[in-house]
Amino acid sequence: MTPDEEREYKARRRSRNIALGLTLAGFVLLFYLITIARLGG
Amino acid sequence: MSAAPLPLSPRFRYGAPLDVAEIDTGPMPTTAPATTRLPADWRDFLSLTKPRVMSLVVFTGLCGLLAAPGSINPILGFTAVLCIAIGAGGAAALNQWWEADIDAGMKRTSRRPLPQGRLNRTDARDFGIMLSVGSVLVMGLAIHWLAAAILAVSILYYAVVYTIWLKPRTPQNIVIGGGAGAFPPLIGWIAVTGHITPMPLLLFAIIFFWTPPHFWALALFVQTDYAKVGIPMLPVVAGEAATRRQILLYSIVLLPLSLTPWWIGGTGLIYGLSALVLSGLFLVQALPVAFRRKSGDDDRMKPEKRLFGYSILYLFILFGALVADRLILGGGLSL
Repeated sequence: MTPDEEREYKARRRSRNIALGLTLAGFVLLFYLITIARLGG
Repeated sequence: MSAAPLPLSPRFRYGAPLDVAEIDTGPMPTTAPATTRLPADWRDFLSLTKPRVMSLVVFTGLCGLLAAPGSINPILGFTAVLCIAIGAGGAAALNQWWEADIDAGMKRTSRRPLPQGRLNRTDARDFGIMLSVGSVLVMGLAIHWLAAAILAVSILYYAVVYTIWLKPRTPQNIVIGGGAGAFPPLIGWIAVTGHITPMPLLLFAIIFFWTPPHFWALALFVQTDYAKVGIPMLPVVAGEAATRRQILLYSIVLLPLSLTPWWIGGTGLIYGLSALVLSGLFLVQALPVAFRRKSGDDDRMKPEKRLFGYSILYLFILFGALVADRLILGGGLSL
């Protein structure tokens, strides 16, 4: 792997991890809100 | 003039399953070795879900939810629409996983992540399954299981009945398979009411009958692509003239059908008048498509493109009117 490819590899891995992290955080928040809504209903 | 059917790929056998491995994909590569070692970009996963198609799915699902009699907690309503969107995204990913080789042979789809080799095919399949199963489970746990069951049916309908079974076998693929796109308002409605009534079934029927003229208008101006990969779209198999007749027939049926929610008292006058005007204009746009013939290879197919563009606008405004009717007039009876 050339230095350029390695840089690209790390950049993509990082952006995927960030996207996955944000998605998971979103679902944590969503499930919390669903729980509150269901308990309230 | 080219009213006659276009020749299919010589390897295509009508009524027989299409072997995607046999399709001549031309010079476009199905894999790109230079990029396969790199992890896929998150944007490639996003594009697997067909975000543009999803916008119409989200909109009609939201309209079904807002137009339904009764109310739903906003968080649960948001969750229901999110599940519809994710389910549609999962079905779209499975569609692209199955059709990767076909997509590679069509100009319109050749730049998708799988034909370009930016994504691993197995990853696309797993991503589609994860989204599909996840959306159904969350819908069932957060809303209720009837809505979840219909969401599951809609995903299977698109990914299996349409993509795997009908699309490569019959020129009526769009008619039957188009039903997959008709599920979102039904699911949105049921998320609120918890049961199936005539009104959501009518909304289903409207999109069901809207899909063929919408898609065949597109197929008329991209038909050479479908012929190239052996997909038996109606213009490819039955010819332009038959397709134009079918477009007109469905447009005629759409007029009274779109008015039925008003006739049965399910909506008020805002929806009724909107449906009359919009469906009348739909018919007006379909007439020049029905009674013209392609003038040659340099024909820019303007009426067909105009009908395709209008059909998208039609659905947005019609369902918008349905919601406006419910919110402003309180809608009709709880049908």
